Amino acid sequence: MFETTVTTEQFIQAMVDTFYMVGFSLVVGSIIGIPLGILLVVTKPNGILQNKVVFNLLNPIINMFRSLPFIILLVAIIPFTRFITGTSIGTSAAIVPLIVYVAPFIARLVENSILEVDDGIIEAATSMGATPLQTIWYFLLPEALGSLVLSLTTASISLLSATAMAGAVGGGGIGDLAISYGYERFDSFIMLVTVITLIIIVQIMQSIGNFIAVKLRK
Amino acid sequence: MIKLEDVTKVFKVKDKEIKALHNISLHINKGDIFGVIGLSGAGKSTLIRTINFLERPTSGKVIVEGEALHALKKQQLRQVRKNIGMIFQHFNLLQTKTIFQNVAIPLILEKQNKQAIRERVMELLSFVGLEDKANDYPSQLSGGQKQRVGIARALATNPSILLCDEATSALDPQTTDSVLDLLKKINETYNITIVMIAHDMNIIKKICHRVAVMEDGKIIETGDVIDVFKEPKHASTEKFVETVVHRNIPSSIYTLMEKKKDGVFIQIPFINDQTGTLVSTLSKEFQLDVDMVYASMDEIKDDQVGFMVLHLLGTENDIQNGLQYIKSNNMTYQEVGRNV
Repeated sequence: MFETTVTTEQFIQAMVDTFYMVGFSLVVGSIIGIPLGILLVVTKPNGILQNKVVFNLLNPIINMFRSLPFIILLVAIIPFTRFITGTSIGTSAAIVPLIVYVAPFIARLVENSILEVDDGIIEAATSMGATPLQTIWYFLLPEALGSLVLSLTTASISLLSATAMAGAVGGGGIGDLAISYGYERFDSFIMLVTVITLIIIVQIMQSIGNFIAVKLRK
Repeated sequence: MIKLEDVTKVFKVKDKEIKALHNISLHINKGDIFGVIGLSGAGKSTLIRTINFLERPTSGKVIVEGEALHALKKQQLRQVRKNIGMIFQHFNLLQTKTIFQNVAIPLILEKQNKQAIRERVMELLSFVGLEDKANDYPSQLSGGQKQRVGIARALATNPSILLCDEATSALDPQTTDSVLDLLKKINETYNITIVMIAHDMNIIKKICHRVAVMEDGKIIETGDVIDVFKEPKHASTEKFVETVVHRNIPSSIYTLMEKKKDGVFIQIPFINDQTGTLVSTLSKEFQLDVDMVYASMDEIKDDQVGFMVLHLLGTENDIQNGLQYIKSNNMTYQEVGRNV
């Protein structure tokens, strides 16, 4: 039962790979996704920078990416991945589809978080003569911050599960370990360990997210 | 000074057009406390929002302190808005910022330096009586305190106009009074023009100088508050007025009037001591027997408004002369009964 072919080093390496993939794609995904989410909100009909062209372009594109399951997206954009990283296999190569996957997701989550902010706040900002940028920076973002943190927590957890599939392109990480050892080599012990590890990581991520959100919400 | 000229606002909701404001013209003098009253859906909220162009009129002009708002570029409009403070029914404070930061926001938007902001914010907070709450968050404050923060924030940029959108509707009566007192103090101290919308005539009665009554997107009556209370012209205005002052002759008085043999009963509305020596004049100079059957008075701000019912007994000729005398002395009357 407790026998396994996976070494501790391999396991640690898998953890490092997972965190590297989640962390890196979360940061880059946020850098792309947060501004897109804000853009969605402000260009919406009746938004503070209402713009039909931008909104009607952005909205379906985001939906398009959102409708692809990660495993398909991963394979479908291999040429793009190769173009960016020079290779289509390995951890770094996995990061490209992870970013393409998570950025539109983050954009949607950010959009929803900001839409939760009471319209009255925007009205107050406008009545003070705030510019659209000031409205975003001094009113919308601070008021949405708690919710934004929860959104990013959700995005991180989705990323974690997506990294498991990144094993398909030799991306490494805990999910890869579970598939290539636990499943393909019938190593039930490592399967159990990875499952428990993933559960614990998700619990920790969610708890941290909740804690920060509560702190920010006052 | 605020001037609305023929302002119309049409909202389009899915192919349907809803006319929220119908050709509204309005003149609000500098330093006035101007009330707009109406039932929900009458268009008050839309009306007050045209003054700072939160709602852009579909047609018509809004002129604020000499500037025609529709002609302004976005940047100029923002500048004008800094001169028009606004407070809201639900306060619209930033929940994630302290009271200090909330009041500071309009100044931060103007990129003033920290020291100047600090001084101004503390001055404002002490003006509204909340200097000890500077580091609290809105969720720790009562409704009345939140509205005081809203007021401090609205005053931060030294505006010459303050718009109050149902500012006391979410507050209990006692808190309402204290917020109204504060608004009165602002009006008197800084000579700020205040425009407030309300659905409760009590609020108009307490602090407004002039009032406009709205119904179905139209202004049906405008005038000095005291005059509107004394003699409302429109049936809807009368209903609003009746919620605050006594305007009906009780049925017991009618019964009493029927018992009197003959003569004419008239109802005379009046303000303060407007009627003067009317009763004695009518009896001395017009040889009428005058009996005051009923009278009622209410306090509106610093004035008394009321009406009395007189029973006039005499020859038809004397009665007519007496009535003529009332009219020629800037008073009005209404015949409410005649026994023959």
